[in-house]
Amino acid sequence: MTDKTQRIAEILAAHRNQEGPLLPILHDVQEEFGCVDDEAERLIAAGLNLSRADVHGVVSFYHDFTPKADPRPEVQICRAEACKARGVEKLIDKATKAAGDRVHIATVYCLGLCSVGPAARVGDTLHARLDEKALVHVIEDAR
Amino acid sequence: MIIRISDDAAARALGADKLAEAFAKQGHEVQRTSSWGMHWLEPLVEIDGRGFGPATVDDVAAILDGSSDKAIGLIEEHPFIARQQRLTFARAGKTRPLSLEDYAATGGWTGLRRAREIGSEQIIEEVLRSGLRGRGGAGFPAGIKWRTVAAAAGPKKYIVCNADEGDSGTFADRMLMEGDPYALIEGMAIAGEAVGADRGYIYLRSEYPDAIRKMEAALRLCAHIIAPFQCEVRVGAGAYVCGEETSLLNSLEGKRGEVRAKPPLPAIQGLFGRPTVVNNVLTLAAVPHILGEGGANDYEGLGMGRSKGTMPIQLAGNIKHGGLFETAFGITLRELIEDIGGGTQSGRPVKAVQVGGPLGAYIHPDQFDIKFDYEEYTAADALIGHGGITVFDDETDMSSMARFAMEFCAAESCGKCTPCRIGAVRGVEVIDRIRAARGSADSIARKRDVVELQPVMHNAPKDNGRLPEQEIALLTDLCETMKFGSLCALGGFTPYPVMSALRNWPEDFVRGDGRVVDLVLDKANA
Repeated sequence: MTDKTQRIAEILAAHRNQEGPLLPILHDVQEEFGCVDDEAERLIAAGLNLSRADVHGVVSFYHDFTPKADPRPEVQICRAEACKARGVEKLIDKATKAAGDRVHIATVYCLGLCSVGPAARVGDTLHARLDEKALVHVIEDAR
Repeated sequence: MIIRISDDAAARALGADKLAEAFAKQGHEVQRTSSWGMHWLEPLVEIDGRGFGPATVDDVAAILDGSSDKAIGLIEEHPFIARQQRLTFARAGKTRPLSLEDYAATGGWTGLRRAREIGSEQIIEEVLRSGLRGRGGAGFPAGIKWRTVAAAAGPKKYIVCNADEGDSGTFADRMLMEGDPYALIEGMAIAGEAVGADRGYIYLRSEYPDAIRKMEAALRLCAHIIAPFQCEVRVGAGAYVCGEETSLLNSLEGKRGEVRAKPPLPAIQGLFGRPTVVNNVLTLAAVPHILGEGGANDYEGLGMGRSKGTMPIQLAGNIKHGGLFETAFGITLRELIEDIGGGTQSGRPVKAVQVGGPLGAYIHPDQFDIKFDYEEYTAADALIGHGGITVFDDETDMSSMARFAMEFCAAESCGKCTPCRIGAVRGVEVIDRIRAARGSADSIARKRDVVELQPVMHNAPKDNGRLPEQEIALLTDLCETMKFGSLCALGGFTPYPVMSALRNWPEDFVRGDGRVVDLVLDKANA
């Protein structure tokens, strides 16, 4: 048994007693491997007695699950209405430049910091009231 | 000295943790409380009821020796707080979120205790009497939903809390879960008592890491109090549409978050086909107060018309004094934005206000006398939704906001129904063409392409192309189709921001004064 098979079997076992366990399982797999790839889909499908199509359908539906791991650090920038009203669009060019190939800039719709935007998230850390300088700083610090 | 600093996500995103550390280093006791909701002052430091904000690490010394210029005086007497009627957010700023001691000392668990004494029928009676309506957006009377579930037959029933607060401009659910998690849990336990359910799920969006952590910790700490009721947090996966109750249920079951056709209502066949109460965070959190002694009558005594009680309104976007403002229904937009919000953050004139999140209408300053009430908003072709108010200044291009509404719908559509899945994509294209025609020299919005001009394309018109007014008529027609043909509010309400932007700011869509748009809209209405 490979490490991955072993780890996914453990994740499946940990959620055995839950009702409707697929989403919590996918979150754990995504967290562990940085993606839910074909192999993981197959193993999860077998473990839950679902068809692979069922699992793939769910994986591809949600923005949080990705088919390929991205080794770059991710900076999520909110570009929903409230952050737009506070000028996030003017920061995007500079942010993209600062990110270059090293950092992945992702768009997120709302971090719930709508009164203190523009806002960004790196891992579980949130940043608000960002101006150009602060956002570039967040991106350069992202690991 | 006891220093109180919020550990709400907004305060932490603005450096509250570092600030707390700096005070602790000076040898002071730092208590992390919930947020008062005055976000423009975050991080707000509280010493003996007096506030200092927005504070940075550099202000620590001055705050301690009393010379800081960031003093705002007694927090409770600050006009922003003094003008509110806080019921759901009664504890905001005052208690430590995870302290069971603080919760019990401020009246916590009395609603649940009383609910257990009076029993199912009486609980539902009191919730009905309070006039509490669903705070998620639809405004459906909570008591009627509960009565339906209570009456439904079945050995297993569920309480599901919709904490998938995806609307931009809203953060009340997040603040409540981070600031007063036990209130939500108590509300769910009371709902369980009312309908005969012993299992609850909180469907919480993955974009709220702090709220997830707090709710999970709170559930562990109070499990013995709410037992035999059991509750669990389930984390969403970045799909906006899962805030719609039937797609939320599918997601909880581990399926694609596709909308279900109604009927059957979730109250009859909900989670795993069982009778299920699906209520928003604010609805459930309002319940403990209502179930307190005389709470239902108090609640019913507030508000206007059929909108009873209080609404936690969220002031967001380009506003000077942004934050949480809970007040009885009936307040006007003008009061909220000008008196309480202090106008725009940028200091420029207000151009538009979007109420109710990405699916809410853009309201023109001419309509600011509209009162906060479900029925008044419906009559004005707008919606209250989750109570979020996003302010835009005069630099905003409303046609780009209309385009974004369609773009957002296309990105977040679950794909089940055609008007939403395809309509939103076509909507972006039409608005793009209208915008392009505004900026180009010739006034044709859409030229016929080569294929259309082929002789075999019998039905395609062979003229020069569509004029902007024809494109606007097309957009209007598309919005009608989406509004009446979509399965849920995502496709059904996206026309609100689009059409309100078009109607109120036609000059942002076409060249000149926009009279063309009026003509098209009049014709469509005739």
